[in-house]
This record gives sequence, structure tokens and C-alpha cells, in this order.
Amino acid sequence: MDSVDIGDLESDLKGLVGDILDEAKRQGATAAEVSVGDDEGLTVLVRQRDIETIEFSQDRGFGITVYVGARKGTATTSDSRPDAVRATVRAALGIARHTEEDDCNGLADPERMARHLPDLDLHHPWSADADALRDLALETEAAALDYDDRIVNSEGAEVSTQRSCRVYGNTHGFVGAVTGTRHGVHCAVLASEDSGMERDHWYSVTRDPADLEDNVGVGREAAKRALARLGTRPIKTGKWPVLFSPRMAAGLIGHLMGAISGAALYRRASYLTDSLGKQVAANAVTLSEHPHLPKALGSAGFDGDGVATGSKAFVQNGCLERYVLGSYSARRLGLETTGNAGGVFNLRLETDTVCPAALMREMGTGLVVTELMGQGVDIVSGHYSRAAAGIWIEDGEPAYPVEKVTIASTLDDMFHGIVAAGDDVDRRGNIHTGSILVQSMTVAS
Amino acid sequence: MTQLVETAKRDLWEAGEIGEQDVSRLIGRLMHRQVDAGELFFQQRRLESWTLEDGIVKDGAFSVDRGVGVRAVSGEKTGFAYADDIVLPALGKAADAARTIARTGGDGSIQAYRRRDVTPRYSDIDPLASFSDRDKVALLGRTDAFARGLDPCVKQVTARLAASFETNLVVGSDGTFAGDVRPLVRFDVSVIVERDGRRERGFAGGGGRHDFSWILSDDADEETRKYAREAVRQALVNLDAVDAPAGSMPVVLAPGWAGVLLHEAVGHGLEGDFNRKGTSAYAGRMGEKVASDLCTVVDDATMEARRGSLNLDDEGTPGQRTVLIENGVLKGYMQDKLNARLMQMAPTGNGRRESYACLPMPRMTNTLLLSGGSDPEEIIASVGDGVYAVSFGGGQVDITSGRFVFSATEAYRIENGRIASPIRGMSLVGSGPEVMTRVSMVGNDLALDQGIGTCGKEGQTVPVGVGQPTVKIDEITVGGTA
Repeated sequence: MDSVDIGDLESDLKGLVGDILDEAKRQGATAAEVSVGDDEGLTVLVRQRDIETIEFSQDRGFGITVYVGARKGTATTSDSRPDAVRATVRAALGIARHTEEDDCNGLADPERMARHLPDLDLHHPWSADADALRDLALETEAAALDYDDRIVNSEGAEVSTQRSCRVYGNTHGFVGAVTGTRHGVHCAVLASEDSGMERDHWYSVTRDPADLEDNVGVGREAAKRALARLGTRPIKTGKWPVLFSPRMAAGLIGHLMGAISGAALYRRASYLTDSLGKQVAANAVTLSEHPHLPKALGSAGFDGDGVATGSKAFVQNGCLERYVLGSYSARRLGLETTGNAGGVFNLRLETDTVCPAALMREMGTGLVVTELMGQGVDIVSGHYSRAAAGIWIEDGEPAYPVEKVTIASTLDDMFHGIVAAGDDVDRRGNIHTGSILVQSMTVAS
Repeated sequence: MTQLVETAKRDLWEAGEIGEQDVSRLIGRLMHRQVDAGELFFQQRRLESWTLEDGIVKDGAFSVDRGVGVRAVSGEKTGFAYADDIVLPALGKAADAARTIARTGGDGSIQAYRRRDVTPRYSDIDPLASFSDRDKVALLGRTDAFARGLDPCVKQVTARLAASFETNLVVGSDGTFAGDVRPLVRFDVSVIVERDGRRERGFAGGGGRHDFSWILSDDADEETRKYAREAVRQALVNLDAVDAPAGSMPVVLAPGWAGVLLHEAVGHGLEGDFNRKGTSAYAGRMGEKVASDLCTVVDDATMEARRGSLNLDDEGTPGQRTVLIENGVLKGYMQDKLNARLMQMAPTGNGRRESYACLPMPRMTNTLLLSGGSDPEEIIASVGDGVYAVSFGGGQVDITSGRFVFSATEAYRIENGRIASPIRGMSLVGSGPEVMTRVSMVGNDLALDQGIGTCGKEGQTVPVGVGQPTVKIDEITVGGTA
């Protein structure tokens, strides 16, 4: 990748944001907000011990929202030349002429703008070139292919590095930049024996290349996971405890966050409509966000409205303390923004934890879910029914893998039925949690 | 079609003062280090959308995206770079990046350009310009009022109207010199109904590769009212739904959109890349029996103005009708150029990409299970205890095992050969290869979806169409709670 001076890039983009805001005011906007992004990246994929693709990416684009009184229009483009800027602003204003007045529209209140932007330590460029990334990827895939004779094929190993710089500004005079890097190692392989062919994968993703999981370990873990899926057996349909592995648990918490997000609530499109102050989960569940964690993937000093972010709990001992709100949805609900335009930042399940083996013992007989498929989660009614694959547990011990089963319940019953959580916390996403044990779900096969 | 190429050249090259000679020189530069094939994909896409919520049109968005994707292929290896500015310096830089893939091999030959004629499957009309913004906004307002008037339980209506207009041009060292101009529109309505503290959603919409005269040239709003009625009907049905059963049982799929199950269960597994790499459950099974005799499956890009239709794919190969499975026997894969060459097959016009910033890969267009001989009534009457699935929210497949899952948004119990109470919270889980052998009845009522399907693969989304008649599957896992 080209090495750019990040300070220069940020000040260029801030200049561009200022120019676009000026153009919007000149063309008649009463208020405006602009977001400019500039990203570049390099991804190398190897497959069957040879390089398959090298992809260079480089993007710059901007989006503008203009307000004319209580009317609003939005336009985006990948073209930031001056005549394109003028045309895009014109397009946004053209739209604002035809939309209708909505009193909740507008920028967030000026006093809520972030004043001090903390240094979040998110920018750690990787000096490796395409050849170095290829060698790492080759080594990663080899570690998986050589792990066991039953690893018969590969979807490949991929090593990537990305730099992203996003500048947001609005006509309150706020302008801020979030610059960060993101590097990853990913490997997916196929295991086969008489019973059939199974695929699984593993990956590591971090802000700092020095923090990446050892690439040989990533390859081996992918192989182990694919092998662990071989020899599936059918199970009997019934009600059983279900242990969500950390990535699946993060997804489950994500559904709850979706149900308490302003956009769902003001539309009354959530099973948790009008639930503020009510018990929405078991007593053991506390969910809070930590937007200023150094090096974390979900860190940011301000939200999508320019509002200051800060640590806070959404669910405390099972009780819904606050919704997830940006300024628009907050106004719609007659509440104050929580600094969450665009979502939560580094959400954590805070509870007493035990090791995964102890969770299995506590479960006795039931299903550990390692993969979920499909979109069978209805935030409106709270109904949950998804396809799952995982490991059947008998008397607290892993017995055999299972696939093609469904797990079903309601989100309300599942969250009230959380009985324990694991210390195997996964921090590769924006939601940090270990395994979660849910008392009972319908498991069908 | 040669006229489409001229349109594309004007839209994509004029602003950057690029000419045919410049492009030929770029291909030469790309091929310099002995690359097998080099390609430039120029694209411009304008999008517009309007959203009504709470009775007012509160959101509108417009975007324009232009750029060029540059690809160099050497054996199985691909180098790719793109630029979001169609000017020569950016193009040269992208070509230099893409060709780093080639170290050895390749003869670096460049074929003379061939421009071929293709029968257009849709018009080159710009849907964004086809009606005034005032007309579009007014239609959304009328839809809202109509939907709310249908039932007092309707508490929320969201109506959306969206259009895109794309121009692309593909120039390749294999002699490809092809352009396409693609309109695409959609309209959809989503409602929330509430009764006795219970809340359910309903959704309906339609669209295709044409302009807005489809819904705006009609004083009676018949088309848009049809979608509003359908969304409200579905939501009200779900208010009465009981918990879905759990376990294995016969499932009857309704005609039309339920074909999305087929899209997941077999469609993806028949894409060339998964089969070339041997990662599909269908790899190496050409000519074998993979489904019951009743199943004939085609992918057809040539249907008139459908959402998945293509004059040319994103590699400049003409769209075509490909038989994938005929009377249960595997007959063909869907191919792009790279996978076709490596498998020594012919490209099938299925090379698609989300945008210039993505590499093309084999993707479906309009995928259909063709009609059989059964009367739909007879099919339902043949089921003692099972479910009837009318509409699905979405699905997903694991290509390697063939495992798939679907979530129903409208479904019913079948009891003693009759459709009984509606059910909610239902997923269907199965394996594509297994399910296709369990198709025991196929109706004579092939229907296409309404034209709002979108397919995702490796992070790239493209518009697609699906269709099927009423189909009975003898046994499939139903994941409910009752």
C-alpha cells in the first residue's frame, strides 16, 4: 500500500468537508452534515498452496445530508472533484424540496457535540508488501492442509491489511476524524471422510498487526474445526439447554441491541416497545458499552451525529436502563440521544463467568451451537427459529457433532433463560462476550 | 447493441477525455508482463430512492458512483485493482497494480475487438428521469393512505420506491468490446399491525428492468394497491398464527417467490467456482441423477425485463438460458470466463459483479424450476399432516454440505389434505441434494416472483429472479416450538 501521512490525509479530508458544507450553505441549506471516507487496502488470497488473487482497493467518497428547515435530503458519490461536489449538493437539495417536514429532523443539539476526542490508538499500519502477505497466507493454509489427512480441500487462506479514514463534520462547526487500521488472517478448509464433506474456518482480526493471532495457529484451528464436524449423528427433537459459543452469543446479544434500537422502537417494530425500566433478561445479564477502549475494533470518540460517546450500561442486572438512540430516534421518542447514532461501541456482557467446560457440566445434556444460519429472528414479534450446527453434549461431555437442526424459542424467553456465561471472551467484533448458556429451547431434527 | 456501446463510451469516457486508443494502450500495458488475459470494466451507476414513513415522505437519497475495475489473469491467478475516477493517470496506476500478479507464463496476446449483436431484453430508458419527483412522492402518500384504510389494526406503513440506472463497458484482451445499459426499479410496502398487544409485520413489493410507468402511468394505482393489500393481508394472517410445529414432515411450497428455496438449495451449488474448486456438494457430478425425475431447473437471463435479466453479463458475455438440471440429471453449471476456462467449459453469461470495485464471479440471474403435471389442489390434498409455505423472508446455504435454511414469513399447517391455521416462527432446514431427491409432486402453475430478490455471495449483492410452480417435498425438517 502507498504510505500516506495520516495527519496530512486527515487535514485534506477536513478541508474537503469544510468546502462541501460551505457549498451546501451557499446553495441554501439551513443546516448540513457531511461524511468523507478515504480507505485503502490490500488483500492476498492463496488456495491449494498457490496465490489466487491480489486485490488492491482504494476508495474515496462522501455523503451529505442537507436540511432546509425541517425537510431533509441525502446524496452520496465516489467523485470528489469540485463540479461533482456542487452537483451532489444540488441533488441533495433537490430531494429536500420534495420530502415533507419532520420536526425531528436536524443536527443533534450543539451542546452534545464531542469536545475532546480521545486518542484511541487505532492506527497501526502494516509495512508488509504483497509478497510478505502472500508468504504468510501460504504458511497459514499449509498449517491447515498439513494438520490431518482428512483435510482434503481448501477455500484458501487470506491475509489483508486496510487503512480507513473517516471525517465527519456539520454546520454546528463540529469536525472530527476516525482513522484506523484493520488487519486480518483468515483460513477456511474442507474435511472429508465417508460420512461426507464439511467446511469450517477461523480468523484473527486486529488494529495492530503485532496483535494478530499466530497465523499457523489460525490455520490449525480452521483444520480442527472442520474435522470436529465430521461424523454427525441425528438427535431427537425436544426441549434442551443450548450453549451459544462466543461468536454465536455475540449475535444473540446483537438481536437484543436491535430490539432496543431507536429505529425499531419509534416504528413500534420491536418486541421490546415500551420496555424502558422493565426486566428484559435474567438478573445475571448486564450489557454496557465502552467506546474509548484503546485498539478495539468498535472504538470511536463520537457517534454518527458528532455526539460525544461514553461508557454506559443499556441493561443492568436484567433491567432495561436505556435505549440505543441517535438524535433523530431520540426526538421521535421524546428522549435524549445516548450518543449511539450508528449503533453501539464495544458492547460487553458483564457478568460472573466460568470456563466453558464448567458450562457444559452445568448443561448436562444439550446442544453447543457453533454455527447458525438463516434469518429466522423476528425483532417485531420476538420469534426465534434458526438452523444450527454444533456439538451434542451428554452428561457434561462432548459426544458427537450435529448439523441440520433448528433451535427455536422467543428472544424474551431466551434472554430471561440465560443461566451462565463463559470466560472464553471473543473480542474480534463489536460485541465482546464469552459463551452463553440458555436454559431451554426447542431443538428439532 | 452497437448503439449501447456508443452510449456507454459517451457516458463513461467523455468526461475523462478517454478514447479507444487510450484503452487499447492500457490493455497493452496490462499485458506487458505476460498476462493471459486483461480486462477493464468501466461503470457508472446512479441510484435514487424515496421513503415514506409515519405518513410523510421523510427521506430521499441520490447517489452516483463511477469507476473502473482492472483485472489481470495469469492461469488461476488474478490481480485486481480499481479506481473511482475514470481518468488516465488513475487507470494506469490500477493497471500497474493489477499486473503484479503475473510473474511468469502467459503469451500476452491481444485479440482484435469483436462487437457482437445481442437482442436486448430490456429498454435503455433512464428510470430516474422517467417521472417527476413530485409524482413519485405523491404515489407514496396515496399508498400510505390506502394501506391504513384497509384495516384499523394497521399502525405503521413504510413505502419505498427506488431506481437505478447503470451503464457499463467491458474491454478485454480476448477481443471483448461490449456495453450494456441497465434500468432497474422497485417498489415495496411494509406494514406493522397490532391487535390485543400482539404485533406482526407484512411485506410486499415488485419491480424489474424497466421504468416507473409500470406504477405511475396508472390513474387507479392498481399495481401499488395490490402490494399494499398483500402486505396488510400477510400481517393480518400472522396476527392469527399459532406456533409452528417442530420435526420432520412433508412441506408444500407455494408457486412464485418460494423458488428462493431452490435458489439456495441447488442454485449456489451449481455455480462454476465452487465446482472448479471441488467445494460444492455437486462437484464432479455432471450427468448424474441429482434430483427427482420431476425436476428441471434453468437459469435464464433472457427473460423480458425481469430483475435478474442481462443483455450481457459483467464480462461482456451475452446472457443466456442455461439448463442446469433436466429431469433430475445434472446438465450444466453457471460459469464466468475464468472458471469456464479452467474447467474447459463455455462461459454461460453468469459472470456478475456488484460494482467495478469487485471481481466478477459466477452468479445466478433468473433461476426457475419448470412446471410439472400436477394440479396444485391435488398436491395439497395429498398431504395428511404437514406445512404449506407461501412466503420466505430469506435463506442461506452452506455450499460444501449443501445444508440450507429458510425462514417463512407466511405459512400454514396442512391437516388432512386441507390448509388449516397459519403458523409463525418457522424455519425449514435441509440439505439441497437430499431435498431435491424428495420432490414428489410438481404443479402445473409455474409463477415468477414479483421482482425484488437480491442475492449475496462473498459480500457482493446482485439483483436476481426466482420462480417455481407448487412443489411437494416429502420430508424436510421444520423448526418451530410447538
